Amino acid sequence: MKIRVVIALILLLSAFVIISCESDSSIEFKRYYTEGAQLYQTHCQNCHGAHGEGLLSLIPPLTDSVYFKNNKATLACSIRFGLKDPIVVGGKGFVSIMPRQDISPIELAEVITYVQNSFGNKLGLTTLDQVQADMSNCR
Amino acid sequence: MKKVVFGLLAISVWIACKSGEQKTLPIYGSRKPITKTVAGKEVTDTIYQTVPKFKFVNQYGDSVTNKSLDGDIYVADFFFTTCPSICPVMARNMLKVYDAFKKTGNFKIISHTIDPKHDSVPVLKKYADKLGIKGNTWWFLQGKKEDTYNIAEKSYLVAVSKDSTAAGGYVHQGYFVLVDKQKRIRGAYDGTDPKQVDQLIADIKTLQTEPDEMIVQ
Repeated sequence: MKIRVVIALILLLSAFVIISCESDSSIEFKRYYTEGAQLYQTHCQNCHGAHGEGLLSLIPPLTDSVYFKNNKATLACSIRFGLKDPIVVGGKGFVSIMPRQDISPIELAEVITYVQNSFGNKLGLTTLDQVQADMSNCR
Repeated sequence: MKKVVFGLLAISVWIACKSGEQKTLPIYGSRKPITKTVAGKEVTDTIYQTVPKFKFVNQYGDSVTNKSLDGDIYVADFFFTTCPSICPVMARNMLKVYDAFKKTGNFKIISHTIDPKHDSVPVLKKYADKLGIKGNTWWFLQGKKEDTYNIAEKSYLVAVSKDSTAAGGYVHQGYFVLVDKQKRIRGAYDGTDPKQVDQLIADIKTLQTEPDEMIVQ
């Protein structure tokens, strides 16, 4: 009888731990995502559109998860310092210049998290640590 | 008999005008009354401000003058191809206008570049291509910078800048200006606001139903 109670207690406790751990990371994700949405509106939406649709052959869409995966390490640098070399997104070439954005590493992490989990992308959280590591290798 | 028909017609037109809640668009700009003698009678008429003569070059390298737009309702705006801030939004919204009217005749869009140094004819052609613009409904116009600013401030933006002192201030604010077949300014819309652009599309339809008046030019 006693053992049963102990087991039940242990199970309950571990369930609590798991739940609270999960909600901790999901709270962080939500915080990044919400802040990122605001930043997106201010810094990105004019060109890339409210739905990340881009603008025909002029401005690339943000719906190509493969591009994000292939360029994971340079994404923060590209947003922060702009892009001027031609790129291929969704099988289409784009040559327009992307202007630099004067935003902080935490803001970069937030906006990347937002973009990579919107418009059909599901690439999870990008942390401040990741962005800082990537930024040290900006060309 | 003829007289009766005419009378009925006149009455029905009058009723239609009065009862139909047909919206008429305002006419912007300066106006002056002019008195002239027509068939021995003194008649007072109003001369409205119209878009003056101009000459620019479009994305095909063809010259475009005020005459090229004779008989057209058109929308004018100001942009430059490397503008990162509001121009993509304007282009996105203007595409809506383009798609709504590209198949109807007597309609045009003219987008003036305010950076003619960079936006040469080939640059404008590339820009148009990237937006999928073909044919002669939407022209991207290049000319002397002062000519563009002049026509913007003295003519197109009268509906916006009633007493503007900031030189060129409104040119950068992304207005879409609606001009009727008589080359009078009939509206100005914030080209970055989708709601105002919807209003522009509605107003163009209203203008299209306006009878062709005598063109005083």
